[in-house]
Amino acid sequence: MARAVTPQRKAINTTLAWAVGLLIFFPILWTILTSFKTEAQAINDPPLFLFFDWTLENYSVVQERSDYMRFLWNSVIIAVGSTILGVLIAVPAAWSMAFVPSRRTKDILLWMLSTKMLPAVGVLYPIYLLFIKLGLLDSRVGLVVVLMLINLPIIVWMLYTYFKEIPGEILEAARMDGAGLREEILYVLTPMAVPGIASTMLLNVILAWNEAFWTLNLTAAKAAPLTAFIASYSSPEGLFYAKLSAASTMAIAPILILGWFSQKQLVRGLTFGAVK
Amino acid sequence: MYSRNALRAATALTLIAVGAAQAEEITIATVNNGDMIRMQGLTDDFTAKTGHEVEWVTLEENVLRQRVTQDIATKGGQFDIMTIGMYETPIWARQGWLVPLDDLPADYDIDDILPAMRDGLSVDGTLYAAPFYGESSMIMYRTDLFEEAGIEMPDAPTWDFVADAARKITDRDNEIYGICLRGKAGWGENMAFLTTMANSFGARWFDEDWTPQFDQPEWKEAITFYLDLMEDAGPPGASTNGFNENLSLFQQGKCGMWIDATVAASFVTNPDDSSVADSVGFALAPDTGLGKRANWLWAWALAIPAGTQKEEAAKDFINWATSKDYLALVAEKEGWANVPPGTRTSLYENPNYADIPFAQMTLESIRAANPNEPTVEPVPYVGIQFVAIPEFAGIGTQAGQEFSAALAGQQTAEEALEKAQALTADEMEAAGY
Amino acid sequence: MATQHSRSAARLMMAPAVVLLMGWMLVPLTMTLWFSFRRYLPLRGGDLGWTGFDNYVRFVSSSSFWPSIQATLIIVGGVLAITVCFGVLLALLLDQPMWGQGIVRILVIAPFFVMPTVSALVWKNMFMDPVNGLFAHLFKFFGATPISWLSEASLASIIMIVSWQWLPFATLILLTAIQSLDSEQLEAAEMDGAPAIKRFWFIILPHMSRAITVVILIQTIFLLSIFAEIFVTTQGSFGTRTLTYLIFQRVLESQNVGLGSAGGVYAIILANIVALFLMRIVGKNLDA
Repeated sequence: MARAVTPQRKAINTTLAWAVGLLIFFPILWTILTSFKTEAQAINDPPLFLFFDWTLENYSVVQERSDYMRFLWNSVIIAVGSTILGVLIAVPAAWSMAFVPSRRTKDILLWMLSTKMLPAVGVLYPIYLLFIKLGLLDSRVGLVVVLMLINLPIIVWMLYTYFKEIPGEILEAARMDGAGLREEILYVLTPMAVPGIASTMLLNVILAWNEAFWTLNLTAAKAAPLTAFIASYSSPEGLFYAKLSAASTMAIAPILILGWFSQKQLVRGLTFGAVK
Repeated sequence: MYSRNALRAATALTLIAVGAAQAEEITIATVNNGDMIRMQGLTDDFTAKTGHEVEWVTLEENVLRQRVTQDIATKGGQFDIMTIGMYETPIWARQGWLVPLDDLPADYDIDDILPAMRDGLSVDGTLYAAPFYGESSMIMYRTDLFEEAGIEMPDAPTWDFVADAARKITDRDNEIYGICLRGKAGWGENMAFLTTMANSFGARWFDEDWTPQFDQPEWKEAITFYLDLMEDAGPPGASTNGFNENLSLFQQGKCGMWIDATVAASFVTNPDDSSVADSVGFALAPDTGLGKRANWLWAWALAIPAGTQKEEAAKDFINWATSKDYLALVAEKEGWANVPPGTRTSLYENPNYADIPFAQMTLESIRAANPNEPTVEPVPYVGIQFVAIPEFAGIGTQAGQEFSAALAGQQTAEEALEKAQALTADEMEAAGY
Repeated sequence: MATQHSRSAARLMMAPAVVLLMGWMLVPLTMTLWFSFRRYLPLRGGDLGWTGFDNYVRFVSSSSFWPSIQATLIIVGGVLAITVCFGVLLALLLDQPMWGQGIVRILVIAPFFVMPTVSALVWKNMFMDPVNGLFAHLFKFFGATPISWLSEASLASIIMIVSWQWLPFATLILLTAIQSLDSEQLEAAEMDGAPAIKRFWFIILPHMSRAITVVILIQTIFLLSIFAEIFVTTQGSFGTRTLTYLIFQRVLESQNVGLGSAGGVYAIILANIVALFLMRIVGKNLDA
């Protein structure tokens, strides 16, 4: 909402907001800066901000030690795959909850959310044994399925709240015009729902990308994503801040860039029905 | 990347020429320590020699332990070779989870492996894991600081001498702390050190009926000594310092003394990373005159989980990575100081290696360690800085958290010992002792 | 409005999601329940038979049980309090007219994209390290003695790390809520001479209550099971052993699957108690 304010007020707002924004962003900025230092400069006292010998050495060391592209590719496949699969399953469910609600709808929705509260460590053994039986250990398929199941409740809920905002009259009008269920979903609902679906997918790519328990415990070499990549750079022997920073930057950069470019989409869908 | 591809191509050609048909791809889980990363970098040499490819899963120590234990206990079969330690090897071997390494070729020269290492990795005389590098613990100290203070470090000091020297050297204004010791909780972190320290004070984990001994005066004496010493001469925040944190402190010249793994010697004397490389001296871990020194024995070793489909290729790898040739290969590429230490007698007989300042003290420390008789009083268990029973990892870490909290000043030595006693008794009862 | 036909179609469309989640819940749950009544010690030969309620009794009677519940609640409560309070303030600030609003928003949401392992590693090593951390340098610069954050202020440090990760999420949802507020109402109040505090308290805050509920609900679900942040930083020392972490220690460090499974069942019960509370609140605030 645009309100008229005095320039002084605007200047104060700007200063304050930038200060807070930079403060929140600082740990990431510091990590990125450190990744371009040598190990000795990384722990220099006093800390060096911009005036040091910028080097790409850490990145080449990290790349030499681990095949970054492979980890990255696994992360992409797992995050995107589980999101697409999740949305395919969640759209019909959310649709029927939003447009053909019954007395139980809310219970089912809340029950779905409650499945997210199972502590992962408590069911690690059962799932691991199950994965051995099914031959799914260290496979992308296995991870896609698990991450889809973990995030499905969130997907269903986001889509549901989004669909709820689509006025029912439009659907009735379509029905009057003789549209069947299929046409209704395909031609009326989908176009209106695309922004909501898009932001749901974005959020889930982020959640799946950052999931670090199952992706680490159910993989070995072939399906290991960036979370496993990071696990080989935490606390090795000797000085490691710069290499850790380089590896961290490499692990978060893709999702950070995606998130920034699509932040408007993301913000629009992130309401979870919180806005009437 | 380029050179690796070129090498692979070359390898492929050799293979066609030689006609070796079963080139396989093995998956190896390992820890992200310097020596292992060096091994990873030399994989091409293995591939060139045998034709087998290697997939590396390099993980931080805690994650690695969790992953390999989980996998072997459920027979998940994710790895063809696991990097494990002296603690896991006998336990897993007794479960029949490891392939016995009893058919290594003659040129592997198994008798060349240091007896202490071979014993620790064998069950009933059969080797189940081949040592990649071995270590004991010793004192590393700053010769320049000792000189300045006019103290001379004997080769085999006592705890009283060490404590005294540490207090004299400490200069908090200049960020020099007399002694750096492990404080970070974990059975392989602070408890490894504290257990050896307790051993030298005459304490033990269990008596011969498996009754926990934390309520005994020896433990109290050892823990109180440790807490007082760290209070007076330790670095700030010592309760979160493990091996790596202390290494980095020492390299930055902030520790007067550091009692830790012998492998650290090559890091602190490496001028690339260490600002104090030319002024480091070595001495045996301290004692109290009771006949046991505070030094441990550990090896990181390569083992093959039973049930792997690629046993032959895995054995080829172990044969390559723990051989004499591998030591020579590392020496040629990275210099003798970077050779994985502590596994072979021949290395210490090699005149090139004898020039390395820490070689002799490492060997003496390893020789001074006896896992079969770790304590002053008799015990029913094997292992110096650990107790080789499956429950120990859990107990050790929880007890370690109590001592770590005591070091952080959140509880007294008595409280920590009381809690450690209770939780150990509890876990042992649950395990059915 | 809905016909019989569309009702059964609706059920059919819901089926895949419901069946899958039912399976995802029931299969591991059944196995966990089964293990929890067994003496299952993988390193001692595996499943050693039936023990009745032994594991349950042992898990609760252990001296670390109640402290772990306490740590869990403190962390969840602390993070919720910080993210909601600062989220509201930040949302109010970002709603004001300013230059470069888009860039500021990008800066503020960035932590949400950082994986928990990375954020824990960065905070632990580069900020909270008592010797080389940035905080230590800062303290020394002002002549103070550096704090060993992860041991002296362990819970607060973890709450801070986790709050940093979740603040963007809260801020975004709350910001969207503020922006949807009818500005005429506010302007009217302003003309009536209502002071800013009153406007906030009687108009803005009630309008945001629904969004706050959503933030609390979603964050609680994720926070009850935080693991990576603790595993990387303190490994459960210094009073940061949450229920989740205690189960991890029982299952993976002590390799006592039976005991850990019993802990898992308790965690599910705790989660459901919390959920029940939440549903009560949400039910009122969120009648969809």
